[in-house]
Amino acid sequence: MTANIIEVRNLTKVFGSVVAVDNVTFSIREKDFLILLGPSGCGKTTILRMIAGLEIPTAGEIHIKGRCVFSSDRGILVPAREREVGLVFQSYALWPHMTVFENIAFGLKVKHENSRTIETKVQDVIEYMQLGGLKGRYPQEMSGGQQQRVALARMLVSRPDILLMDEPLSNLDAKLRLEMRAEIKNIHAQTGATTVYVTHDQVEGQTMASDIAVINRGIIEQMAPPKTVYHRPANLFVADFIGSPTINLIEGRAVAQGNDGDGISITRGACTLTTAYRDIPSGLDVVAAIRPEHIMIVGEERANTLPGEVRTILPSGSETVLRVRHEDQMFSLLVRQEISLTPGQRIHMYLPPEHILVFDKETGDLMPL
Amino acid sequence: MSLLFGRVRNYIRRPHIVISLILLGILLIVVIFPFAKMVKDSFVWQFADLRLSRSAEPGGLTLFHWKRVFVSSLTRNILVGPLFNSVTTSLSVSICAMFIGSVLAWLVARTNLPFKKMIATVAVLPYVIPSYIHALAWLNLFKNDRIGGAAGVFQYLTGVSPPDWLSYGYLPIVVTLSIHYFPFTFLLVSAALTSIDSRLEESGEILGASRTHILRRITFPLVLPALLSSFILTFSRVLGTFGTPYFLGTPVRYYTLSTQIYSNIINRVPSVGYILAFVLIVISSVVIYINQRMIGKSKSFVTIAGKGFRVTETPLGRLTYPLLVIIALLFLASVVLPFLLILWQTLTLYPDDYSIRNLTLLFWIGEANTAFAEGEAGILRNPAILGAAWNSIKLALTASVLAGFLGIFIGYAVVKGRNTKLAFAVEQMSFLPYLVPGIAFGALYLALFSHRVGPLPALYGTFFLVALVCIAKNLPFTGRAGITSMLQIGSELEEASETLGARWTMRFRKIILPLSIQGAISGFILVFITVMRELSLIILLVTPETRTLTTMTFRYQEQGYTQFSSAISVLIIVIVVFGELMSRRMGAKGSV
Repeated sequence: MTANIIEVRNLTKVFGSVVAVDNVTFSIREKDFLILLGPSGCGKTTILRMIAGLEIPTAGEIHIKGRCVFSSDRGILVPAREREVGLVFQSYALWPHMTVFENIAFGLKVKHENSRTIETKVQDVIEYMQLGGLKGRYPQEMSGGQQQRVALARMLVSRPDILLMDEPLSNLDAKLRLEMRAEIKNIHAQTGATTVYVTHDQVEGQTMASDIAVINRGIIEQMAPPKTVYHRPANLFVADFIGSPTINLIEGRAVAQGNDGDGISITRGACTLTTAYRDIPSGLDVVAAIRPEHIMIVGEERANTLPGEVRTILPSGSETVLRVRHEDQMFSLLVRQEISLTPGQRIHMYLPPEHILVFDKETGDLMPL
Repeated sequence: MSLLFGRVRNYIRRPHIVISLILLGILLIVVIFPFAKMVKDSFVWQFADLRLSRSAEPGGLTLFHWKRVFVSSLTRNILVGPLFNSVTTSLSVSICAMFIGSVLAWLVARTNLPFKKMIATVAVLPYVIPSYIHALAWLNLFKNDRIGGAAGVFQYLTGVSPPDWLSYGYLPIVVTLSIHYFPFTFLLVSAALTSIDSRLEESGEILGASRTHILRRITFPLVLPALLSSFILTFSRVLGTFGTPYFLGTPVRYYTLSTQIYSNIINRVPSVGYILAFVLIVISSVVIYINQRMIGKSKSFVTIAGKGFRVTETPLGRLTYPLLVIIALLFLASVVLPFLLILWQTLTLYPDDYSIRNLTLLFWIGEANTAFAEGEAGILRNPAILGAAWNSIKLALTASVLAGFLGIFIGYAVVKGRNTKLAFAVEQMSFLPYLVPGIAFGALYLALFSHRVGPLPALYGTFFLVALVCIAKNLPFTGRAGITSMLQIGSELEEASETLGARWTMRFRKIILPLSIQGAISGFILVFITVMRELSLIILLVTPETRTLTTMTFRYQEQGYTQFSSAISVLIIVIVVFGELMSRRMGAKGSV
C-alpha cells in the first residue's frame, strides 16, 4: 500500500506582513521524489523548513508518517529533533571544527549508539559516498563536490525514511552538478526514502522528480509528474516558467470555425492559427502557446504558418536556437537538425495545431481540450 | 484552555525564546531597576538631608533635591558651572582629538609615509593606558607648590613655579584627554579610509581634479560619517570621565559634572549626585542618539566600499621628514614621556627632588619604614597592594568571562530571533549601559544596592556588586561581538544538528560554543583590559575589602603619596599594554 507519508494541510507562513506560504495543501506518497520548483523567494524553502520543523508555521497542519507534527488548531508542535527527517542544506552546513568523520558520526552520537557501531556505520557510508581517505579532513580542506558528499553522508548515516534537500546542487559547477544529480537519483532508488527536493533549476525538476510542484508567490500553481507539467502546464505561469528557451506566447481572440472538423482558430492581426481545441467560446481573449521545439521551418506559406525574419542564430552543439521576428514579436525556435540559414533571411514558421496550447487570457488557466 | 496552554508551551519551548526571556530579566535587574531606583530616590527625603533642611522627613516624597539642583542659590555651583566646564572640556577635547587622529589616519592610510605599520601600532597605546595616568604624569611635570604637596619636574629644573592655569584646570584637562582620545578617531577614520575604494579618487584624478580638490570633494565627504561619529563618541566619553578632571580640576575647584557627582555622593548628598548623574545620562543619550541617526542615514557611504582594491599613495615629498618629526614628538608626549615621568616618580625618595642622588627602590621593594609614607612597605611586598592587585585581576577575569558568555547568549538570542520584537528588545536593552557614563553607572548601582530592596540584598561592599557593574557596563561591547560572531556562524550549522536529533544543550556545547569561542576570546581580553584600567565606574562602589589597583592609585594620589600611586600606575600600564599586544596577536580589532 502506498500511503501518504507526508501530509500538508492549509499550511500558511507569514513573515511580518509578507505571506511567504499561502494556504498550501498537498501530500507525498511513500518512496516518491517530489520537487518543489519555483523562482527565488516563492516560498519553496519555507515549506521545506516547516516540514523539517525549523520554521514554525503560522497556521495549518503537517503530518509525517501518520503522526501529527504540527497543528495550529490543536497547539501541537513536535520539535525538529524528534521528526527523524534527513536534511541537506544549500550551504551544506558542515561543521568547520569537526573532521569528516566527526561530522558524519554526530547524528549517531546524539542517539548514544556505541562507538563500534558508529565506526562501522560511518565507514560504510564513507565508502558508499566514495569519501575514502578524506575521513580526517576538515570541511574547508575539501572541494565543493566533496563537501556535498559529506553533507549527504551525514544525512544518510542515520537512515531516515524522509530526505529533505534544499537546493543542494546550486553551489556546484555545471559538470559536478550533472554528476551529483545522478548520485542523488541513485541514492533515492537504493534507499527508497521519500525525498522532497527544493530547487529553482527546472532541469533538475525534469530529470529527477516523480512529481513536480511548481510554486509561485506562496501557492502551488501545479503539482503533477514532470511530463504533464511540461506538456500540459496548468496555467501561463507554469508554461512560461518551465522549459528553456521559454515557451512562445501569442495573444489573440478565439474564432469558431464554420465546419465541424476543424478546431477553434485564433486570430491575431492578419494571421489565423487553427488549434485542436473545440470548446472555446468565440470572441474570448486568449493566449496561444507553443514550445520552441514544436515550431517547424517550412519553405512556403500554408495553413498555420507565420512569416518571419531570422534575427539571431545560437548554435549549441547538438541543437540550435533561432530567434525569429514576426511582426513586433520575437519567437524562439529549437532546431535539432543541421540548418543553413543566415541572419536576415525570411522564413515561414509552421505551428502544428496539435501542439498549440490555449490559455484564457483573463484567468491565465489552460483551456480544456 | 488547553489549546492556549499548548500554544504558550510551543512558544516558550524554543530555546532562543527562553534565553531571550532570561536575558531580559537580567537586563531588567542590572540596568532598568537601578535607573528607576535612582530616579525615585531623587524624589525622596534621605536621612542625610536632615542636615540640609529642617522640613526633611526621611522616607517622604519631596522635590527638594530637584529644586536644589535646578532652581536654588546653589544651582550655579552645583549644576551650571560644572555643566559648562563639562561641555567646554568635552568639546575642546573632541575637536583636538579629531584633528590629530584624522590627520594621522590620513597620513598612515593614504600617503607614502615611512614606518606606517609601526606608527599604526604605537598610535593606539595612549588609548590603552588609563586616561588618568596622563593626568598623573602631567602633575609630575607641571605641579606647582601653591596648592600644597610637592612641586613637579618643571619647577625642579627651572626654579619657576608654574602658574595655576598651566598646572590645573581647563588647559591640562584638555591636553591630557586629547592625548588620550586621539587614537579613537585614528582607529575609526583609518577604518573608513581603508574601506574607500581609491578608484573613486582615481576617477576624480582622471577627470583632471587636483590632489587637494580630490581630498576636499571626494575623500573628505566619504569619511565624514566616521569623523562625526568619532567626534560625538569622544564627546560622550569625555563627559563621563572622572579621574582626569578630579586630579587636575578639583584642587583649584574646577568641577565638572562627573567630579560634582562624586563629591556630592561622598559628601552625603547622594540625591543631588543622582540628579546630576541623571543629567549626564540624558546628555550622553541624546548625543549618542544623534550619532546613531547620522550613521543610519549615511550608511550608504559604507556600502560603496568594495574589497580587494589597491590604494594609491599620495607622495609627501619634502614634507616627509618634518611630518615624521612631528609624529615622533607626538608619541614622545603621549606615551614615552608620561611613562618615564611616572616611572621616575616611583624611584624618587622625596617627591620633589628629581636628582639622581634621590633615587631609591624603596617604593617598589622597600620594607615598611615609619620614616616614609606612614610606614607602608614597597608595593611589591605590601599586602594591601598585592591584595588590590589580586582583586583587580579577579575582577577583570570574572567580568570578562561572564560578560563574554552573556554576549554569546545575547548574540544567539538576537540572531536566532531576528525580526521579532523580543529579539529587538534584547538587543536594545543590552545597548542601554552604553548610554550611561561610567561615574553615573556607579551612582545607579549605589542607589539600588546600598540597602535591601525587596528580594535583592544589600550588595554594597561586596565583590559581587563591583563585578556586576563591570559586567553590565561591558554588555554592549560583548553583546555586539556576540551578534557579529553569530551572524558569521549562520543558523544552518545549528539547524543541521537539530535535524539529526541533538537537544539544545548538546547543540550549544558541540556546535555554537566551539564556533563562537574564537571571537569571544579576543572579546574576553578587551573586557579584561577595560576593567583592569577602570576607575570612573567603580570608584563609588569599592570599599577597603574590594579595592583594586586603580582605586588604590586614586587613594594614594589623593593622600599625596605620589610615588605609590605612580608605582601602581606603572604596574597597570604593564598589564594593559601586555593585554593589548596579546589581543592583537589573537586578531582582535583593538579596544575601541
